[in-house]
Amino acid sequence: MSTKSRTLPLTKRGMNFETFMWLYTRLSALALYLFMLVAIIGALIMGARNQMNLADVMRWAFTPNYTHVQSTNVPELDPWATPFWKVVASLIVFTAATHGLHGVLSVLDDYFAQPRARVLFRVIITILIPVLIGIGIYVVWTA
Amino acid sequence: MARERNVGVIQGLRYQGGGPQIAWLLHRISGLGIVIFVTTHILASFLGGDIGQFINDIYESWWFQIIVIFCALFHGINGLRITILDLWPKLLEYQREAIWVEWFVFLPVFGLAVIVIVNTALGG
Repeated sequence: MSTKSRTLPLTKRGMNFETFMWLYTRLSALALYLFMLVAIIGALIMGARNQMNLADVMRWAFTPNYTHVQSTNVPELDPWATPFWKVVASLIVFTAATHGLHGVLSVLDDYFAQPRARVLFRVIITILIPVLIGIGIYVVWTA
Repeated sequence: MARERNVGVIQGLRYQGGGPQIAWLLHRISGLGIVIFVTTHILASFLGGDIGQFINDIYESWWFQIIVIFCALFHGINGLRITILDLWPKLLEYQREAIWVEWFVFLPVFGLAVIVIVNTALGG
């Protein structure tokens, strides 16, 4: 390509709430990859190589909650249910819920251009985020 | 402020965006899918009882796991491409090549996961 790139570098774009959330969507994606990596390495250390298949490891990686390995050949559930894994699972719930529900808002913005609809959806999503994070973290720590 | 657009659904479907458009569309569908799956999954664990069991039975069926894995894997791999290209905008010139790489990563991993899920479902 000979034409000059029209894309401004990230540092020169200025920052408002929407730009911040645009950046947050990307950075939270990287954070989710990091959490998945931690979960996969942890599973391998705890013996997943002989006790779990690929699909089971993926299920554990998406959210390291011990109910996700109950149906596998793991002999002892205790190491999979430690506070460390509950903290990681809670962080995933927080990151995924904010990333995902803000994503729903971006999709809705593409189809609803009226300012009133956009405000309404923002109110709904803003309420849904803490409620679903609360339920999710409650499930992680009690189920 | 927001503007009214004059693009109808049919016109939108006729737009031939090729690989990037397919990736955009699948990213959107898989993202909404994950939101719906995860929300119902968490609510099922929270509510428990007959409703929770009913939802969990669907969740643990092999065909549903294939859909979930498709959505999660595609959204994850395509999302990584978007993240890398957006954070290093100079790479945006190679978007089409990046999408090819993405399919080369996605297809083997997804295929292997499908084989494992179906094998397990058949009692293997």
